[in-house]
Amino acid sequence: MTGSWKYDRPLVTLAAWVLALMWFLPLAYAIWTAFHPASYETHFVLWAPLTLENFASAWAQAPFAQYFLNTMILVVMILVVQIILATFAAYAFAVYEFAGKNILFGLVLVQLMIMPDILLVENYTTMRGLGLVDTILAIGLPYMGSAFAIFLLRQTFMTVPKELAEAAKIEGANALTLLWRVYVPLAKPTYLAFGLVSVSAHWNNFIWPLIITNSVSTRPLTVGLSVFAATDSGVEWSVINAATLMTSAPLLIAFLLFQRQFVQNFMRAGIK
Amino acid sequence: MSFFSVANLGRAAVVVGALAASPASAVNLEFYFPVAVGGSAADTIKALTAEYMATHKGVNIKAIYAGSYGDASAKAITAARGGNAPQLSVLLSTDMYTLIDNDLIVPFDDYVSKPEMKKWIGGFYPAFMLNSQADGKTWGIPFQRSTPVMYWNKKAFSEAGLDPNHAPATWKELVSISKALTKKNANGNVTQWGLRIPSAGFPYWLFQGLAIPNGATLASADGKKTFFDDPKVIEAAQFQYDLAHKYGVMAPGSIDWGATPKAFFEGKTAIMWTSTGNLTNVVKNAPFDFGVAMLPARKTRGAPTGGGNFYLFKDSTEAQKKAAVKFVQWITAPEQAAKWSIATGYVAPRPDAWKTPALQAYVKKVPAALVARDQLKYAKAELSTYQNSRVTKIFNDALASVLSGQVDAATAMKSAQAKADAVLKPYR
Amino acid sequence: MRRTTIYAWLMLLPAMVLLMAFTHYPAIRTIIASLHSTARGHRASVFVGLANYERLLSDDVFKQVLWNNLIYGALTVPVSIAIAISMALLVNYKLRGRGFVRMAYFTPTVLPLIAVANIWLFFYTPGFGLIDQIRGMFGLAQQNWIGQPDTVLYAMMVVTVWKEAGFFMIFYLAALQSISPSLYEAAAIEGASRWTVFRRITFPLLMPTTLFVSVNAAINSFRLIDHIFVMTGGGPNNASSLLLYYIYQVAFREWDTAYGATLTVVLLAILLLLAVGQFFFFDRKVHYK
Repeated sequence: MTGSWKYDRPLVTLAAWVLALMWFLPLAYAIWTAFHPASYETHFVLWAPLTLENFASAWAQAPFAQYFLNTMILVVMILVVQIILATFAAYAFAVYEFAGKNILFGLVLVQLMIMPDILLVENYTTMRGLGLVDTILAIGLPYMGSAFAIFLLRQTFMTVPKELAEAAKIEGANALTLLWRVYVPLAKPTYLAFGLVSVSAHWNNFIWPLIITNSVSTRPLTVGLSVFAATDSGVEWSVINAATLMTSAPLLIAFLLFQRQFVQNFMRAGIK
Repeated sequence: MSFFSVANLGRAAVVVGALAASPASAVNLEFYFPVAVGGSAADTIKALTAEYMATHKGVNIKAIYAGSYGDASAKAITAARGGNAPQLSVLLSTDMYTLIDNDLIVPFDDYVSKPEMKKWIGGFYPAFMLNSQADGKTWGIPFQRSTPVMYWNKKAFSEAGLDPNHAPATWKELVSISKALTKKNANGNVTQWGLRIPSAGFPYWLFQGLAIPNGATLASADGKKTFFDDPKVIEAAQFQYDLAHKYGVMAPGSIDWGATPKAFFEGKTAIMWTSTGNLTNVVKNAPFDFGVAMLPARKTRGAPTGGGNFYLFKDSTEAQKKAAVKFVQWITAPEQAAKWSIATGYVAPRPDAWKTPALQAYVKKVPAALVARDQLKYAKAELSTYQNSRVTKIFNDALASVLSGQVDAATAMKSAQAKADAVLKPYR
Repeated sequence: MRRTTIYAWLMLLPAMVLLMAFTHYPAIRTIIASLHSTARGHRASVFVGLANYERLLSDDVFKQVLWNNLIYGALTVPVSIAIAISMALLVNYKLRGRGFVRMAYFTPTVLPLIAVANIWLFFYTPGFGLIDQIRGMFGLAQQNWIGQPDTVLYAMMVVTVWKEAGFFMIFYLAALQSISPSLYEAAAIEGASRWTVFRRITFPLLMPTTLFVSVNAAINSFRLIDHIFVMTGGGPNNASSLLLYYIYQVAFREWDTAYGATLTVVLLAILLLLAVGQFFFFDRKVHYK
């Protein structure tokens, strides 16, 4: 690897940067329009006046703080329940031999493919039956039993050396203590990796929340942004992008601050 | 706490509190409204409801902004089918048959005495009642109503050597003036189009701005029959295609609705057709002197009406319905209608609203606001049928296939008519 | 033995109940609904046999949407993966400004598609959009990327690839880190070229990740339609409509829930086929290794 590295280092750097700039472009445009008056949405001149007006206007026009709070509640709620339920399920699949194991595991695998998003109509009916329409719980409920989490954790638990478990058993640990003291700590990177996937998916999720929510007090950011950006009267990029930035900034900043630890941890999860 | 919406708890608390205070007390109303014209309109609605609550004790009104027209109607119908209907909603006037078909709304006639009804409904512009009545009953009360108008850039007209105060009044003039306005650079690329008629967003609506002056009607008044294959419709579709491909005055392909005002402000088009509901936006943002005119005539002048009506949802208590009707009567009364019109650019739906001092003063300042009102004389119903979304989609798809040159106008419209017939047959 | 079975079932119970309540149960309900008519107002839903499926066969929009979706999947999946691998390889080097590069690749993950769609709308806008401004500098004519039936679907694909590649890169990055450096050292001693190293060592070792990612990408090609809402509404003339978007239109705009269910059954069948493929590939490769 090191042999030719010297020569094409600039080339690789260039390629990486070109790709990076292309990928960064939408965010760059969002930043540009958000900090400039609307008349500069399509004119990229260096000395364009800066303004915070767009943020103020977006903030005044829609309850973004509420949307943000709703999304935080939603994402955290889903993740916590997913992890708890999946941990038990994965432990059962990884450790026990029991009747019906293969069938149940097969049923779990089905959900890796058929996600609740696709079954909008029937899931709406179910929520109506449960009286949960227009609640944050209803947005999250269909995702709480996560096949993906069960699958990932089962893979990880299966790699835990039997000797470790045996040793703990000899010391008198019961199944729950064993799970809590031995398996869960060893699966930390997997939890982190799954956390990323889950948070990113539900932070971005749009169609199901669009259908199941009706009011400001339940709408997550995605739906709030889409309602806000409804373009019947013409797109106002500056204000819409100010809203987008405002609501995405916390995650972006968190990533910037923690990216090293984050990427390393994610790598240790060794998802393959 | 986090599991259920805070508002639900809040609502429950209000109810409990109210029950404790006085047994026969407050009526709670919820209403969804779409805002197609930016943020200040939402504030105006909220201010109006607050004013109503302050002057009418015992009524709580919660106005919920539900996004675009499409979003709002999807929300309201979803909620209604889920047994969670709002008591009132402002939705497209064209949703009327769909709402009736799904048995979700009740006519206003049931809650207003006959003479009073006659007086009330008689006060609205007749054009606006076209999409609001069916089977001899009134299902929708005009509120944020509009009609498409033509905006033109006076500076561009002057630059092209045209009279900046004369807008194209006929199709012929539309073509010749737009030709003069279409500018190309040294490479032969167009830098400024003469005309922009958006064909994505509400394609059928602006198309009606061509079809109606050409003497064509897209659907029968009872919403059970369409006339997509009428030669006059085909001719209008052909004309819209020709504007881009024969006369070269309009961009080819599907033209986005949302970016249209921006294209106008940027000087990328010298004339645009869009809703009068955009007037406030244009007044605020156009960096040049502009004019507003009625759509040009072919056989006659003409345009569709558009916009939203108040609907009364079935699934609510009698007390709620009565309170809701009172509120609608109040908010569509002259003073309030004037306020709403000034804030948004929508057409105040009643002649007496135009006589209020507030609106008279506004018209002095922005005379362009009168164009839409005066165009109402020539206005016809907007395309509205049973299974409206489906029938409208059939038409929109056909029009898109014509405008993109996939199919010729006659073939496209004939097959659209056949499809619409199949959908509407069970209703005849 | 009996006791462990009870333990296992108890541990599985909550997850399985939720999973089945919102996946298997609605899937079965959907199939039943597809055999009935839509209830409207006073007309109740009745059993209609295969009538909805007959409509499916004569529905041109359905055929077009299905075809769109297949092309869409066939192109976005491999392209997203190729770019994701390239990104991971690039970021894996110690290059100047790696922090920025990594963040740039990561931006699609935190920016909701529904919000960025508006930005892409500007990029594609004819005349004054970013792409046309750049084309204008080179004297090229304006191009209505999302207003023409022959380009709109590809324009949507670009947005999808942008969204997906950055996310998948993270998985590849993790996989790359677990490849033993000694393998590369051995290859270097043998004087293998960079391309040979990638083809013979890196790519095969990334295979499990590729399988995992491709399955996800394939699902997403049927699931991710947020940008269609904002940018085209499926138009012009359904040229950019995908199966799930059409389902949404039919079920939640036209309120024809029975036909929506019928379309959903088609989607379920496609995904089930993919699931069978996944079971044979993915599970064998990963879990029995």
